[in-house]
Amino acid sequence: MSLDIPRSTPAPAKVRRSFLHENPSVLWFIGLLGLFTVAVTVLSEGFGIGMISTNLVKVLGMTLCLCLIAIAMDVVWGYCGILSLGHFAFFGLGGYAIGMWLMYARTEIVIRDSLGRGTIPPTELEVSEAVAAQIFGVVGSSELPLIWTFAGSLPFQLAMVVLVPGLLALVFGWLAFRSRVTGVYLSILTQAMTLALSLYLFQNDTGLRGNNGLSGLQNIPGFLHVPQSVLSVWFFWASACALGAGYLLFAWVVSGKFGSVIRAIRDNEARVRFLGYNVEGYKLFVFTITAVISGIAGALYYPQAGIINPAEIAPIASIYLAVWVAIGGRGRLYGAVIGAAFVSLLSSWLTGGGAPNINLGFYRIVWTDWWLVLLGLGFVAVTLFFPKGIGGVFDYLVRKKP
Amino acid sequence: MSTLLEVSGVSVTFDGFRAINNLSIAIGEPELRAVIGPNGAGKTTFMDIVTGKTRPDEGKVIWGERSVNLLKYSESQIAKMGIGRKFQKPTVFEDQSVRDNLAMALANKRGPFSVLVWRASDRDRARIEELAEEVGLSERLDDSAGILSHGQKQWLEIGMLLAQDPRLLLVDEPAAGMTPAEREHTTDLLKRAAKTRAVVVIEHDMEFIRRLDCRVTCLHEGSVLAEGSLDYVTKNQQVIDVYLGR
Ligand SMILES: Nc1ncnc2c1ncn2[C@@H]1O[C@H](COP(=O)(O)OP(=O)(O)OP(=O)(O)O)[C@@H](O)[C@H]1O
Ligand SMILES: [Mg+2]
Repeated sequence: MSLDIPRSTPAPAKVRRSFLHENPSVLWFIGLLGLFTVAVTVLSEGFGIGMISTNLVKVLGMTLCLCLIAIAMDVVWGYCGILSLGHFAFFGLGGYAIGMWLMYARTEIVIRDSLGRGTIPPTELEVSEAVAAQIFGVVGSSELPLIWTFAGSLPFQLAMVVLVPGLLALVFGWLAFRSRVTGVYLSILTQAMTLALSLYLFQNDTGLRGNNGLSGLQNIPGFLHVPQSVLSVWFFWASACALGAGYLLFAWVVSGKFGSVIRAIRDNEARVRFLGYNVEGYKLFVFTITAVISGIAGALYYPQAGIINPAEIAPIASIYLAVWVAIGGRGRLYGAVIGAAFVSLLSSWLTGGGAPNINLGFYRIVWTDWWLVLLGLGFVAVTLFFPKGIGGVFDYLVRKKP
Repeated sequence: MSTLLEVSGVSVTFDGFRAINNLSIAIGEPELRAVIGPNGAGKTTFMDIVTGKTRPDEGKVIWGERSVNLLKYSESQIAKMGIGRKFQKPTVFEDQSVRDNLAMALANKRGPFSVLVWRASDRDRARIEELAEEVGLSERLDDSAGILSHGQKQWLEIGMLLAQDPRLLLVDEPAAGMTPAEREHTTDLLKRAAKTRAVVVIEHDMEFIRRLDCRVTCLHEGSVLAEGSLDYVTKNQQVIDVYLGR
């Protein structure tokens, strides 16, 4: 007992240190992200010496979006302990929301162009009917579904990018957390939500073109004359900014007492209740804000991918997301970034035919077949032997420094 | 002294087993009360009921001057009304520093938005240091709670309880794992707290109870067997039969 310390000892004057000062990893991350962005720009076809193809710029930009949803997943799972297997649904919804505008506005431009060649200018009704026929012909319809009413308005669809995932998460989370569903049951519930959503979208009459999904999203209305080599770099920049901003936001959220409370909820939520915290409210807050960020990530991802269809929302995508975060290291934002970037890039390299197949003489390793096995083994190995993931290496390095 | 908490006619059944049987206890403010009784008597379950963890099958739990029915409220709402609890098995957040554990317990706003923008004020910081000193953890503020000894975790949890600044403190077996000197300090601390608040202490250590020098309630099979001064209760033949004379 150190009760002999006199009460009157003046406490050493505490310097109030800034958020960035206390979290040097944030500065490191932003710095590295900035460097990476400059490097890609300089090497790109659109703005630089053309050492990396437009296609690769797109892949890298998309990877940044995946990193953004991965840090959202890390906050909801790694920090708050909610193993959501549904965050890719929010990502997809963000993509659909922006995709509707991209497709509608571009089709409208094309239609006006061709109708405008006639002698009488087309009426608004004619335009909208022609647009509907063009977009929905593929699912045997020529009527504009109700949810497309404001698809021509960019501000409206941008609001939907945030509101649709946010409201879905809010309602779903409220129902689930209120009845205190936790652990595996909650994971199953989130997965069921994802599955239901993707099966629903697969139907032709849901107004989102069924399994055709939305396509041609790489063409940005208003910038149709801008070559993809330039557009791809713009989107890369936007993705980098979004990742940087998302990282700052989440680092700030988890750094203070809020972070303390959600980690406490992860470790022992019953105990947190007896301290007077409304655990359900916190979970709902975290679930919803991460869903919104996931939606934004999706809205940046799909214009680079060019196409979105319901398969993207299938539960497997959300499971991959959890695997990335686990491999990168839970409970540290940079771990999620490393996991998402490493695994998704490795995956596109191995399955995209980038990696040479290995001929063992008696057997030929074809990476497109073996990639999932490799990923599965990697996941098991990390879970068993390196529970802290790749990010755990940094603990080791930091501790070794004097 | 006015009645702060009134438990009346409460019963709880777990899978057909009656753990609490028509239990009635009233606690005043300020008051220090010791609760004793054999293992399985229902002492911890009594605290579970008051704090909202366990819902009784029947009975009433009435709180405060406005006679609020606690059974209608959730654990966190009850905690916010001013009922703090220390668990039998010390439960602190092992992954986090002693300072963070105390900061979470501090009597500040509990809503997600207020907590999000909360940064420790000088007063909060001073209060944390003061509490840490009170429970002898001044030197350990920045250590993670997981590496503390069992006794120190007990202390930390007591510190967190004090940090909440509750009106009623429910303290379940605080002395387990403590040295005799620490036990003495605990009794002092509880007695001091009970000058202005209601404090209920469950303990098996009769020496500890004697030092508390307060009214004692002995539970057995889920109801009150005897209640009064320590001497009165320990002379009760039934108490001797079921508890002291084992
Ligand atoms: N959640 C529960 N489910 C089933 N039985 C329970 C539950 N909680 C308590 N019990 C039973 O109720 C009885 C009373 O338990 P309680 O923990 O209140 O005893 P106690 O007086 O605190 O004992 P101890 O001195 O050992 O801590 C015990 O028989 C216990 O097994
Ligand atoms: Mg007990």
